[in-house]
Amino acid sequence: MTGKNLNQRIAFVLLKFAAFATVFILVIIISYILINGFKYVSLDFLTQKSYRMGREGGIFPFIITTVYATVVSIAIAAPIGVGASIYLTEYSREGRIIELIRFCTETLAGIPSIIYGLFGFVFFVIFMGLGWSILSGGLTLACMVLPTIVRTSEEAIKTVPVSYREGSLALGATRWQTIVKVVLPSSIPGIITGIILSIGRAIGETAAVILTVGSSLSIPASVMQPGRTMAVHLYILTMEGLSNEKAFATATVLIFFVVIINYAANRMVGLIRR
Amino acid sequence: MRSYERWIQFILFVCAITAVLTVLVIAFFIFKEGLPVMLEKGVLSFVANSHWAPLSGSFGIRNMIIGSIQVTLGAIILGVPIGLACAVYLAEIAGKRLSKTIRSGIELLAGIPSVVYGFFGLSVLVPFLRAHFTGNGFSVLAGSIILAIMILPTVVSISETSIRSVPKEYKSGSLALGASHWQTIYRVIIPAARSGIVASVILGMGRAIGETMAVIMVTGNVTTMAKSVFDPVRTLTGNIAIEMGYAAGDHRSALFATGVVLFVFIMILNLMATYFSRKVGEIK
Repeated sequence: MTGKNLNQRIAFVLLKFAAFATVFILVIIISYILINGFKYVSLDFLTQKSYRMGREGGIFPFIITTVYATVVSIAIAAPIGVGASIYLTEYSREGRIIELIRFCTETLAGIPSIIYGLFGFVFFVIFMGLGWSILSGGLTLACMVLPTIVRTSEEAIKTVPVSYREGSLALGATRWQTIVKVVLPSSIPGIITGIILSIGRAIGETAAVILTVGSSLSIPASVMQPGRTMAVHLYILTMEGLSNEKAFATATVLIFFVVIINYAANRMVGLIRR
Repeated sequence: MRSYERWIQFILFVCAITAVLTVLVIAFFIFKEGLPVMLEKGVLSFVANSHWAPLSGSFGIRNMIIGSIQVTLGAIILGVPIGLACAVYLAEIAGKRLSKTIRSGIELLAGIPSVVYGFFGLSVLVPFLRAHFTGNGFSVLAGSIILAIMILPTVVSISETSIRSVPKEYKSGSLALGASHWQTIYRVIIPAARSGIVASVILGMGRAIGETMAVIMVTGNVTTMAKSVFDPVRTLTGNIAIEMGYAAGDHRSALFATGVVLFVFIMILNLMATYFSRKVGEIK
């Protein structure tokens, strides 16, 4: 065997090793949590309130808070994000303002969650007077997931062939009619993928949420009340050493949500390709 | 008809401009809260002083700046070689089905919440380091390892995209000259894709320096400077997250000032990443 081929062999083995190591790490993390946590997840755990600061009982209030905050954030970010992506693709693709908008969208995507937390705290909680509440958290999360929705929707809308638009316009439809009746229906799977990914991000977020939604143990009765999401609950259980068993169980539920969300997003991507 | 179309265009424009307004409002409020204490004590003293004793009015975040840089560099050293190798494997060697499977694994890795990474680090990595090395396990190394895993998806996906965007002629030209596939990869393809690879590393740095929950769960958060990788450390993000719960007055303002410093770091990294990803298009 020549040196050239031997080098190639060694290099390719190392590259393959790196790729499989990455997947291996994923498998280790997920299986470690599921193996240790699954036995503690029961119907009671999912449907009961939490007692003694989380040492006993379940995570029902935290599931409710997580769902609430996520729904609020998506309800705010999705219309704005999709609207923005329509503007960026259908109305104006170049120019100074468009460049600025794109730059700011990238910037939003790069801002760390703790900065969103500080901002949400000083702006929504204090300045707007919303207090620690689902609404403050939802608004903060909406700012965080906005770039994801804008980017994925933009990609989806861009893939709609120009001929579709031309056909619709030639038939006498206005620009908006073309968007609503032709462009959006063809790009719906891509838009939904972006929304699903945003849901995943909102569910798992901790730093921004703990400063805006708070860590109250009770079930929030309205969006104006504080609460505690599952991710925040896991953080508090672990850092304060309250209950390892409950921490594993909460982590298992979180992983479960993440896997379902990823599966759903993949199915949607599959739909686009078809 | 006309006017209603115009109204819609206006509403969509407002949607699009929301991102700009949000960035401005975030920057304004973080600076408004953080700058006063910074200016009062002197920006230089705030950044260069190593003494952080907020209850006695001493605010110096030098050790946290160093801490953030330490764990971020560690994450880059550990994560980038694996991530880049993985990207090359996916783009150049693996078959379609295999690379699709690996890619969906990496997407899942990106979807795992940071608090779960922290929890994993705290219950597996920290005890492991405690048992096999010096120190109590909460360390720069623990933070670097967890962050290395967390930046993998960023490094892999952006590097892979840039490797794939290298024109096919480059590869076939090199192969036609008698170079092996591996020689072509490291002499032709990787150099041609370097802007994108650099951008992926910079974005990975941004993610590492901004990561909060996973880091504070494994680094120990002491305010002294770490002298070895087995020493505990506190990052800028950790400083904010740990003390925000009970801070008031100047102390709270100093935490916002920590946020200002973090914000500046992130903006520099973002600008650099934008610069390098623009260059990706120029290769062709």
